[in-house]
Amino acid sequence: MKVLVCAKQVPNTNEVKIDPVKGTLIRDGVESILNPDDANALEEALKLKDTYEDVTVTVVSMGPPQAETMLRECLAMGADEAILVSGREFGGSDTWATSNAISSALAKIGSFDIIFAGRQAIDGDTAQVGPQIAEKLNIPQITYVQSFELKGNEVVVQRRLEDGYEVVSVKTPCLLTTIKELNKPRYMTMKGIYDAYEKDITVWGFQDLDVPQEKVGLKASPTKVFRSFTPEPKGAGVMLNGSAKDQVAQLMESLKEKHII
Amino acid sequence: MDLSQYKNVWVYAEQRQGVITPVVKELLGEGRKLADEIGTQLCAILLGKDVAGLADELIRYGADKVYLAEHPLLENFTTDAHTKVISDAIEEYKPEILLYGATHIGRDLAPRVAARVNTGLTADCTKLEIDPEDKKIMQTRPAFGGNLMATIVCPNHRPQMSTVRPGVMQKLEPDDSRTGEIIHVNVRLEDSDVRTKVLDIVKSVKEVVSLTDTEVIVAGGRGLGSAEGFDVIKKLADAMGGVVGASRAAVDAGWIDHSHQVGQTGTTVKPKIYVACGISGAIQHLAGMQSSDTIIAINKNPRAPIFEVADYGLTGDLFEIVPMITEAYENEKNV
Repeated sequence: MKVLVCAKQVPNTNEVKIDPVKGTLIRDGVESILNPDDANALEEALKLKDTYEDVTVTVVSMGPPQAETMLRECLAMGADEAILVSGREFGGSDTWATSNAISSALAKIGSFDIIFAGRQAIDGDTAQVGPQIAEKLNIPQITYVQSFELKGNEVVVQRRLEDGYEVVSVKTPCLLTTIKELNKPRYMTMKGIYDAYEKDITVWGFQDLDVPQEKVGLKASPTKVFRSFTPEPKGAGVMLNGSAKDQVAQLMESLKEKHII
Repeated sequence: MDLSQYKNVWVYAEQRQGVITPVVKELLGEGRKLADEIGTQLCAILLGKDVAGLADELIRYGADKVYLAEHPLLENFTTDAHTKVISDAIEEYKPEILLYGATHIGRDLAPRVAARVNTGLTADCTKLEIDPEDKKIMQTRPAFGGNLMATIVCPNHRPQMSTVRPGVMQKLEPDDSRTGEIIHVNVRLEDSDVRTKVLDIVKSVKEVVSLTDTEVIVAGGRGLGSAEGFDVIKKLADAMGGVVGASRAAVDAGWIDHSHQVGQTGTTVKPKIYVACGISGAIQHLAGMQSSDTIIAINKNPRAPIFEVADYGLTGDLFEIVPMITEAYENEKNV
């Protein structure tokens, strides 16, 4: 069985700070990590490998050359192969263009049974690339997967909803997007890390893929960033002073004055 | 692509088991504004089995036209069936704008439709505006965990599509005197078009929290120290007639269920009163609650970022202060 995992290297957004003077993102010194939802995607693929004998797990990513570091981490967790789609022709791709590039890489790999992808990446939070890859490959998708079961060539999952979940079945090949409720990603092992450095990471450039320039990159992308800006903080209000009792009294008085109560 | 062929603002009228999803009314309210600014019509596209009865509700909330697609295969949401019907309708009727709620259904469906009809899609928008010059839509959304806002346009492809975050846009008051047109969409679906099978739909048995529908939220964070800490929060929420919210830290610590979470990966809220107790104010949390009308923050650290967005800041031990506010509110009620 051939299992593919889509993964992305992302800045740890919890650490991203704003330059108070320039109002821009400070990305220097912010660590790059394997996108959290993608770690759940990889874990579920590795669990299949633990359970069945003939499973190979291939991780595919698109990004700059330094994304190899993240792919090595995936190998150290137990993936068999890693492929990085990289090249300046892909730069500035929106989700439509990104899914064109990645789906052509997945098609180049050949036949597969299941593709796991994280629901969304923490830098963009769009959750669009997974479904768009499924569409380009003409395979069914199930998003927000919180439990997974394989029954022969059929997959049965729980798809999380805001107020519960639905149980959905689908035949392979299919694409599933994973959320953190699905599993707990394993750590790299010492042996895994050692083995990971013995393996090669395959890098595919624009020339290696069967995709025209009209479908990838900044120029091809239907959406354009018109402008970006830092959110304006709401003006600070009043800090109340005195003992707890005094502060509560002042609060209640102000709320009454403003007819909030 | 001849952009001039594309007309009207459309809203995807998501429904679950015959009930219109609340965000749809917000989309109709916002869509009404956009359509009026462009000088065009607001339409809803409604898919389901035996859902014609919902069309009037969409008209009352602002739609001029309802495109109604009914078919037995549309009984439960499936990506395949909805993608096909909506993509066919886009091809036939050519809307210039199509809005979806950023729900677990909208965020599943919209990217698939965008890929099929080859257009752009902007996720989780919190603000939509019409460019006065060329009438295109400008879609603003948070990125990098709310650290950055980006305004996105889709200049050369149609329809321009957005998913819109629930709880952000204003719905209109329903107007019973409004009239509209219902157009029956020709549905071309075969069993083989639908590759997934919905075997069961399970409603969560836990208490349903509706952070977006309430006027008062009392939220707790890391400062509570334990799951039991939420008892004081619950008491104040009860006294104020509100619901309990939580920061990501409190949810991640396992003190309270994810459904209570306010912030970037949780929910955006804007109640009349938001009380933040023991929440330092991570940027994601602030992004999720700073448009609340009145914000009251209680924190022991006077330099906590939450105070930068608070209308009233109280410094000290929340376990002392919060019960006092609860008591004050209860006394008010008894007056």
